[in-house]
Order: sequence, then C-alpha cells, then structure tokens
Amino acid sequence: MKLETKIYQKESNVHIGKLLKESLKDIYNSRFLSKQLAVRDIKAQYRQSYLGIMWAFITPLTTAFVWVFLNLTGTIKLTDTGIPYPVYAFSGTLLWSILKEAIDSPMTSTIAAKGILSKINFPKEALLVSGIYKLLFNSFVKILLLFIFLWVFKVSFHTSLLLFPFAFIGTIVFGTTIGILITPIGMLYNDVKKVINLGLGFLMYATPVVYMVPKNGLMKTIMELNPLTPIIATTRDLIVGQTPIYTTYFIIVLVACIPLLLLGLVFYRVSIPVLVERMSA
Amino acid sequence: MKENEVLVKVENLSKKFCKDLKTSLWYGVKDLFTNVRGNSKERTLRSQEFWALKNINFELRRGECLGLIGHNGAGKSTLLKILNGLINPDEGKVTIKGRVGALIELGAGFNPILTGRENIYNNGAVLGFTKKEIDSKVEEIIDFAEIREFIEMPVQNYSSGMKVRLGFSVAAQMEPDVLIIDEVLAVGDINFQLKCFDRIGELRKNGVAIVLVSHNLHQITTFCNRGIAISKGNQLYYGEVEKSIEYYKDSLADFNSEKEIEKVITGNKNFIIKDVNFSPKLINSNINFNNETELSIKIKYETKNKLKNLDVDIVLRASIMSGIDFFQANNKVNSSVIDLNEGEGELSITLKDLHINGLKMYLFIAIFNENREECIFWWRNIPVKFNYKNFYSGITTNKIEFSIDD
Repeated sequence: MKLETKIYQKESNVHIGKLLKESLKDIYNSRFLSKQLAVRDIKAQYRQSYLGIMWAFITPLTTAFVWVFLNLTGTIKLTDTGIPYPVYAFSGTLLWSILKEAIDSPMTSTIAAKGILSKINFPKEALLVSGIYKLLFNSFVKILLLFIFLWVFKVSFHTSLLLFPFAFIGTIVFGTTIGILITPIGMLYNDVKKVINLGLGFLMYATPVVYMVPKNGLMKTIMELNPLTPIIATTRDLIVGQTPIYTTYFIIVLVACIPLLLLGLVFYRVSIPVLVERMSA
Repeated sequence: MKENEVLVKVENLSKKFCKDLKTSLWYGVKDLFTNVRGNSKERTLRSQEFWALKNINFELRRGECLGLIGHNGAGKSTLLKILNGLINPDEGKVTIKGRVGALIELGAGFNPILTGRENIYNNGAVLGFTKKEIDSKVEEIIDFAEIREFIEMPVQNYSSGMKVRLGFSVAAQMEPDVLIIDEVLAVGDINFQLKCFDRIGELRKNGVAIVLVSHNLHQITTFCNRGIAISKGNQLYYGEVEKSIEYYKDSLADFNSEKEIEKVITGNKNFIIKDVNFSPKLINSNINFNNETELSIKIKYETKNKLKNLDVDIVLRASIMSGIDFFQANNKVNSSVIDLNEGEGELSITLKDLHINGLKMYLFIAIFNENREECIFWWRNIPVKFNYKNFYSGITTNKIEFSIDD
C-alpha cells in the first residue's frame, strides 16, 4: 500500500481547481462527521430546553404578529397583498428567518468549533455541512408551521407548490454563499457578525417581507435592486400560488451564486490555517 | 511496509508569530488575501513579529520515537501544530507520509450535555472514524476507559479523570503511521497511565513513528530513541535522546553572563575581607563542576575585634525550582560555633557530597555577627553549574551498583 504524502510549506500556490476538488472530496468523505455534529448540536439544544423547537420560530412569529396587529388596528396602511395579510406577514418573516439563518450558519458553525480547529485536523468543510443540516432541520419545522397557516387561512394549495422545493434550495444556496464568503473575515473580527446582524435588520425593510414592493418611488427602485427581493418574493409566490414576477432576477441571482459558492469553498479552505494561527491556542 | 522508511521530514522550518493581538488580526486579514494568490514571496518579520520557530530540521523514521523538549514557550506546540497540518510554515518544508494521528486534545467534540456513549460517536467522528468503525469498537472503548457504569450519564457529570480516560480510549483506536503526542499521558491514575503507555508501546512496535512532547524527562528517556531540544524557537540539538536532554537542561537556567555576582556586603572597617577563594575555581564569574563533589569557600579576613558566635548561611538555589531552595543550611546544623580571634585568619566552608546532575544554581553566602544583629558578609547569585552526566535524567547522580547472582 502506498502511503499518502502530505507536504506543508508556505506556498499555497495549488491550482484553484485542485483545491476545489479536494474541498468537494472532503465534503463527501466527511459526511458522517457532518451528520454527527449536526445530531450532536440538535440533541444537546433540545435536551437542555423545555420549549425546545419553539425557539426556532418564535422570533419570526412575534415580528409578524406586530405587523399584523399594526395593520389590523389601522396604525399603518399597507397595500393589499392579494392574500390574507397574516399569511403574507407570517410567510415573509418565516422565509426571512430561514434566509438569515442560512447566512449566519457557516460563521456560527465555524466559530463554535474554534476549540477543536486549533487542536485537531479534520475536514473543516464538515462544519459547513453540519450547519446546513441544522438549518434544514429548523427550516422543516418553520415550513410545517407555514403550511398550517395556509390551511387555517384557507389559502388553497396550488400546483406551483411543486416548484417550492427548488426555490427553497435556492434560498439556502444564496444564504450559504454569502455566509461562506464572509466567514474568514468574521472569524478574525467579531465586528463582522454584528455588522451583518445590523445590516440584515435594515435590509428586511428593503425586502418584501412584511409589505409589498411599492408601485413607484425611490423605495421601489431600492427594493427591486436588492438581490434578496427575488429570493423572498419568488419563494412566497410559489407557496401561496401567486404568479412570481421576479423569476428572471431570481434565476440570475442563483446562477451567479454557483461560482461564488465554489469560490467561497476554496477561500474557506485556504483561510482556515491562517485563522487557526490567529486564534488562541 | 518499508523498514526504516522516513515518515516525517522537516527542513529549515520557520514560523513567525505576532505579539500584539490587533496587529495580529490585521496581518491575518492581509494573509487571507495574499494566500489565496499563493504567497511565494520570502517572508520577513513585520513589526511586532518574532520567530516562534527558526530553522528546525529533523527526520523521523518508522518505529522511531522522537522526544521534543524545551521549556514553556519554546515553540513545541507550534511545531506540533505544523506537523499536524493545522497551520502552515512561513519558511521551509514538512513532508509527512501516511496517516497522522494526534493525541493533543482528548475528547475533542464532546458535548457536556450528552451521554458518554453519544460522545464516543462525536469524538470518533472528529477523529475521522466512520460510523461502522465506531459501532464495532464502542464496547471495547467503554471497557478500556473503565466507565461502563457511567456510560449513559451526561459527560458534564464526569470527573475530569473520567473525561480524559474516555477521550484517550477513543483516540487509542486510531491506527496512524505518525502519532503526535502532547503531554496528555499524565492522565488518570497510575494504572490507567500504564495502560496508555502499553498502547503507545504497541503502536511503536507496529512501526508507528511517534513525536512525544513531555516535560517529564523520565518519560522521554524511557520512550524515545531520538531527541530534539528547542529553546526560544531555535533548535539546540537533534540526535541522541541523552544528548538532547543535556542541551535542554543547559538551556533551562538561562544565565545572564553579563550579570555580575552581587557582592552586597564584603566586610566593614573592623572586619576586612582580604580574599575569597572558591574550589572549583571561579572562572568568568562562574563555578563549574565537572566531576567534583565538594564545594569549598575560603574567606581570608582580618578582624579588629574578637567576633563571637557568628552565623554563616549557605544557600544553593536552582532556577528551575522557583520558590524553594535546593539547599539551605546554617552552621548551627552541626552545632558548629564560629568564633574569630583578633587578627588575620581564614574561614573555610565546605559543602560535601554534592551529587547533582545537570543543574544550574546560584550560591548565596551570608555571615552575621552574634544574634544576627549585623550582616558582615553577603555575596549572592554566584552561578554554579553542575554538568550533566550521561544516563542520569534526574537531578542527582547517586551511585548505583548492579550485581548478578547466578
């Protein structure tokens, strides 16, 4: 049996294609590790909590509730959404929370593993995949809840629902791409996580989460430029059975995500040794 | 499997670190971008940086065990991290053949809330085992760790000993070609430690190359056949294990050669010191012991008055043992009464039976008049160096005899 030879030296001038191949190979080979890490975290999270799974959707629910209340009491006046407003608001905040979690997930998973990153050599890509597993688990609960809403508010189920899984995967791919790209810097400076949180808080109002894109004006331009708009809008339209209007932009964003995601994986792989070096022992 | 095949080859390895956190993070950001483009430029020290490792060279063959020794902060952990592929060198090259296993952090991936059994899977997964492998080994692991009774209990309720035992038991299932061990062997009670050593010995017999870091020189001499001593990132010696220990011990007490002996008090107008002689001789402000076992100090004096019942204190302080003196005594230990008559004379102090191995110490001498009312002689920090004798790794060189009765 020939032994595998590893060479460590300063130059990381390996071909980008080779790095990507290694990265994808590690993702495949570490599938047990990623699953195990996800199961570990999910189990531990619920074993130490009574409300358990409720925490996954309590924040989007309260946000939606506030908006429904404001709308019902006439405090604010919103354009008609074409579907019962509570369904619009709840679907918006739930999808938004999925997207937000997808963006946060790579950094959260990597930071949580700081302790072992600097001690043990294992395929780091497993951290990203385990984050996606956890995301899928939480999203599953949220989507289930969303369907209950549709049923309660008697929104009929449409055939467009069949396309929903693709839009959902698109949402996760989009979020993960951004997440992976910012992780290396985010590992160095805590500011990144805070800026992202703050930024997303604002960005929510430039995305059709709790209200529609206005017919005209500056806000219309901003919202239609925002790449998060097609993601949220298209996914919701497919669920409630409205005709998606941003499909072209949706496809453009997703197609652009694919090379960026692969680039992110390479960047992540190259940056881990640099990050470990800068972290405490 | 080739015999004597070189599994680890380290050539001119250097690594730099940054002292300041903010600067370090900023360099990190810069490195992120330069590394993506394949940074092949020669690396020089930027401001605030220092070489944590400089020009390290060694080889490790199948079945060999290399002891890595050096005091705290010498760069041992950094070297292990590079060998383990966690961080990249700044200069030089490391070539490793085969699978690398590391016993650096035991129980990595444990979650305190989950049970011992669940955590065997977590830890195993992090160490690269497949589910099938863990399934087949889980019972063996539980027995090796001797915690069957508590295996369904959350790990947070384990004692620290139980936690490391479980961690070691999982790690012990690895079958690497190169094993890196960082001072984790001091876990558990004596019996468990023996089991650990047995397991490691077994691996070595099977042709695993081992790098062992330990401050326990006894462990190093028993296990290793090669040694490398590093100090402040520099390689002092690489080769025979005995010799590397000698270099290590030598580096321990870092004598500042510029530092003068502190002659705080050398007599007074009524008690004149004419000369102080040491044997072995004081050369370049150092007393060097080769094979001598006696230290004598002869103080020639002239006193105007008769001095009665003096107190003479002798202290030997080893710099590695902070807080405790290696030796301290006063003439009262053997009820010696020291009275000096008027005129000239010589006070002679002899320390006998010094069987000390490879230590650097400081000698302190103080003389007080009756009832310690006044100090009339006080020299301190006189460097005394006891050389290192082969095959003794402890701090004394007591004679031993061996006999065979056939």
